[in-house]
Amino acid sequence: MGLRTPLYDTHVAAGARVVDFGGWDMPVNYGSQIEEHHAVRRDAGMFDVSHMCVVDLRGPRVREFLRRLLANDVARLTQPGKALYSCMLREHGGVIDDLIVYFMNDEWFRMVVNAGTRDKDLEWIRAHAGGYQVAVEPRLDLAMIAVQGPNGRLKASGVIDPALAAGALELGAFFGLSADPWFVARTGYTGEDGWEIMLPVDKAPEYWQRFKAAGIAQCGLGARDTLRLEAGMNLYGNDMDETVSPLVSGLGWTLAWEPQDRDFIGRGALAVEKASGATHKLVGLLVEERAVLRSHQKVIVAAVGEGEVTSGTFSPTLERSIGLARVPAQTGERCEVEIRGRLISARVVRPPFVRNGKATIAL
Amino acid sequence: MSNVPADLHYLKSHEWARLEADGTITIGISDHAQQALGDLVFVEAPEAGRRVKAGEACAVVESVKAASDVYSPFSGEVVAGNAALGGQPELINSDPYGAGWIMRIRPEDKAQFAAMLDAKAYEAALAAEIH
Repeated sequence: MGLRTPLYDTHVAAGARVVDFGGWDMPVNYGSQIEEHHAVRRDAGMFDVSHMCVVDLRGPRVREFLRRLLANDVARLTQPGKALYSCMLREHGGVIDDLIVYFMNDEWFRMVVNAGTRDKDLEWIRAHAGGYQVAVEPRLDLAMIAVQGPNGRLKASGVIDPALAAGALELGAFFGLSADPWFVARTGYTGEDGWEIMLPVDKAPEYWQRFKAAGIAQCGLGARDTLRLEAGMNLYGNDMDETVSPLVSGLGWTLAWEPQDRDFIGRGALAVEKASGATHKLVGLLVEERAVLRSHQKVIVAAVGEGEVTSGTFSPTLERSIGLARVPAQTGERCEVEIRGRLISARVVRPPFVRNGKATIAL
Repeated sequence: MSNVPADLHYLKSHEWARLEADGTITIGISDHAQQALGDLVFVEAPEAGRRVKAGEACAVVESVKAASDVYSPFSGEVVAGNAALGGQPELINSDPYGAGWIMRIRPEDKAQFAAMLDAKAYEAALAAEIH
């Protein structure tokens, strides 16, 4: 038996197919994952993301601490509720996790980290927090439901507390609103508009049913993966891990090099890698044939070398296979992928593939 | 739970087979198999005229999650592959024993059909697999 969120019984009662995900028993679909995917692109769908870990960091030196701990710079967060996507690195530049951090007030930041890396992340954060007298509090009293899709916010607003809803509807993208213990953020992992809603664990089953009654489709991890890949979003463990740096993972844009005297953990190693030129890059791949890209397939780049597919799937919106791959830096516009013993031609594209319901690449 | 029609024969690898009036045998994959695979996106059914051996992989079903070979339960000649699956692979999910049939084979030896699992034996095999 794996770990279970407060919504486990709800998912089982709804007929979900449950699978192991990083040690958690999670719903992969409630029927057709392709229909769940379309519901998010066209209307509204929701995901139980309570397995992810909310961590509150408090203390007078919390901002200083995070400017050391994270590769992106929380100095960029000046308005309460503003969020930032960042990697957390080892000294050698390898990625421990990717996460979102919210500025709540001058003595309180909130992070959301991945489920599979929770223990490792907390150990690392705690090891470094002591030196700044920052208190580290995992919020095990909170569940999280992500409502995504063009009609998601409107449908959810009719369900949650009216005062919270009114404030939440005013939120710009990548901002959150706290009404402790509730927290609503206009963030997501699908490439559609929406809210990620944190709520008390004992309220989660009731609100899941109320969201469902409001016409928000139940969606599992299968749809979550096809949506995030269409949106060009990395998945920790597939597209990056501790053996690679953000520079070869399509995450160079999350590194804040200025100001030059901000010595975040991993900066030194990254600077060396950057100076000599990163040997690889993460690219998007699009396949026109009737074949599906999957992790670990070999990529062959004529006259250049070899690479590897890091994530692959079938895109329900584009109706063909898409993926992300780590390839030699000089890779051009085409490559070949070894799929089930055959060499399949693929087009190299710059992600995302889909945003706000529409293809962002020429088909 | 999955649907296991009583009048069909099965393999442990989740193929089903139905003996037709004209002596050919229609083959597909079971309800259990389509549930496990999830939404199907590509199906390669064999072409008419192809000779197959018992145990030979002669079709491929690919879902969002994974690709899977479909094995012929017997030796014989392929009479037809289900052309509808090219444009509508999801027929296997919605109607695995009907419109989602994959291929039709004229067997060399009808005894091989009798040697397959009956519905009760397949259900027992499923129960053993799950627990």
